[in-house]
Amino acid sequence: MSNSVEKERTIRVLIAKPGLDGHDRGAKVVARALRDAGVEVIYGGLHQTPEQIANSAVQEDVHLVGLSILSGAHMTLIPRILEVLASLGADDILVFGGGIIPDEDVAELLASGVGAIFTPGANLTEIVEWVFANAPASR
Amino acid sequence: MRLNRPSLHTRSGSQLEESYGPDSLTARGIETGELSTGEPGEFPFTRGIDPAGYRDKPWIIGQYAGFGSPAEANARLRALLAQGQTGFSVALDLPTQMGLDSDHPLSIGEVGKIGVAIDTVDDLDALFEGIDLASIRQIRTTANAIGPIWLALVTVMAERRGIAPNDIAMLVQNDILKEYFARGTYFLPPRAAVGLVVDTIEYCAENYPNWTPLAISGYHIREAGATAAQEIAFSFANGLTYCREAVARGLDIDSFAPSLFTFLSSGTDVLEEVAKFRAARTVWAESMAQLGAVDPRSQALSIFAFTAGSSLTAQQPMNNIARVTGAALSAVLGGCQTLHTAAYDEALGTPTASSAELALRIQQLILHEFGVAGTVDPLGGSWAVESLTADLRSQIFEQLEKVEAEGGAIECVESGWFSQQISDQAFWDIQAVDAGERVVVGVNSYMDSLSDFKIKAFRGDPQAEQQQRERLAEVRRTRASSDVLSALEEVRSAASEGLNVVPAIIVAVRAQASVGEICDVLREVHGTYRSPTMI
Repeated sequence: MSNSVEKERTIRVLIAKPGLDGHDRGAKVVARALRDAGVEVIYGGLHQTPEQIANSAVQEDVHLVGLSILSGAHMTLIPRILEVLASLGADDILVFGGGIIPDEDVAELLASGVGAIFTPGANLTEIVEWVFANAPASR
Repeated sequence: MRLNRPSLHTRSGSQLEESYGPDSLTARGIETGELSTGEPGEFPFTRGIDPAGYRDKPWIIGQYAGFGSPAEANARLRALLAQGQTGFSVALDLPTQMGLDSDHPLSIGEVGKIGVAIDTVDDLDALFEGIDLASIRQIRTTANAIGPIWLALVTVMAERRGIAPNDIAMLVQNDILKEYFARGTYFLPPRAAVGLVVDTIEYCAENYPNWTPLAISGYHIREAGATAAQEIAFSFANGLTYCREAVARGLDIDSFAPSLFTFLSSGTDVLEEVAKFRAARTVWAESMAQLGAVDPRSQALSIFAFTAGSSLTAQQPMNNIARVTGAALSAVLGGCQTLHTAAYDEALGTPTASSAELALRIQQLILHEFGVAGTVDPLGGSWAVESLTADLRSQIFEQLEKVEAEGGAIECVESGWFSQQISDQAFWDIQAVDAGERVVVGVNSYMDSLSDFKIKAFRGDPQAEQQQRERLAEVRRTRASSDVLSALEEVRSAASEGLNVVPAIIVAVRAQASVGEICDVLREVHGTYRSPTMI
């Protein structure tokens, strides 16, 4: 995995599957690509509530949370995670996502503070570079 | 980037020879008679399970549909039937598949998404309202973790209508093991869950011989990243596990094996996919014979093919119409019994009514206009296809041996071995796409497009989730709760004592116990489970 961004610090990312969707092919390949690029990746597995995800993001002291949802529940679950993160005083953790997400929902999620949404066919290199370019400076 | 030149490998990575000829067959033992494909309708069923193929019996057009409330899903099913669909698959929402009621905290946002919400038998009544169930060639559901509960729901719904459940051509997917590593809707520990799968098979063998109580599912394994050989081998390892358990309970294999289906992915790599379907039938026939099945119908495996969702792209989505057509051709040329064709907008969201209709039309076009259905196994005897079939047969047996060496299917679930094998393949595959070694039109090549295609995303009724919770609350208010409680206690006793749970669950469903309430009892008896996570 080529990556032009200089890595002077270790970026920590939580990859999570909120809700009941069991399709984790995308979550796992993104987790693996980030790990291979030198990111510390925590993957929490299936069937997590928004509260569990926000809490583990804070406990694990991550810079970013990557959410994968293919079930159509993204407009309920992603805003809820942003809300819980804010209530924990952790709104500096940058949330990004991927899955089967219609264009108009992508726009709405980006407007609500989500950093990026990657849909089917997205390139792994692009995702990794985005993470390095957008990781919050400190936590 | 190798633009304008085709891949010299199959989609699963096997190298294609420059050309195949009689020598290719000799080298594989086909010409010499060591390996026989038989005639259509004869052991080992390489050429198909029916001597007449589609001539008398076209494949079942079994589109998968369902979303929102039971009433909304009912309208979509009726529309598809009116357009000439001959079977259907009921998509269940994730809470239902996970044995959770619509008012469970984990169900928030998921109710009626990707499928219909079924909390109690009243919902199933509403889902099938006005549909003449006995006239439909096949009704499939994605009930896996809730196999016995689905059986009970259909039983009670049929009782209420005064029809015999056995007169409904029901296919219950009921394949739990792949859920732990490829699909995700599981909640009990694997060994207890396998017990429930076998309860359903046993009950059907004794009471509903017309049902298919198991569809051995490779589709999700393939979609999660597996190769063609792994798709067949891992799913068959799971399927053989249920069959052996059933036999160990004293069931005659010929009492249930004839109705079994396999549920497989059909992709755009036409030659490999056709070879895969042919090899899968061969391997199953040989495995059943080895297990002691003597009825030829037990050895002949029916195939439900589902066009590969992972081949669909969000970029230039109209290209997906051609992809689905190619994938559907693979399935028809491979001799499938039922086919679902995907809608071109599935990488973007739930199909709209018009994209769902177009998907159905693809099958009607192939059946009536493409000239591939009037003779059986039309690619049989092709040097290339016969060679690829023989190669896949060997690869599938090799993979089956690996699973055995790892301790068998349940062990491979618990150790994470299945999961790791598939994750590795998925990662290599996407790396090949990113590097441009595998060309995906519109994704890593030919990206400039003149058309600015915008899909109008399907929107379900935003009130559906709340309304479903209210429906459930209403049932809870009006049913006789003492009947529910005593019926749930009977489910608990049956589960604790290791009896077949189906009869007790039927009584509970009749008392209007909810799917979640019944599953909670099973959770209390057996505990819950999380699969090992391999990346």
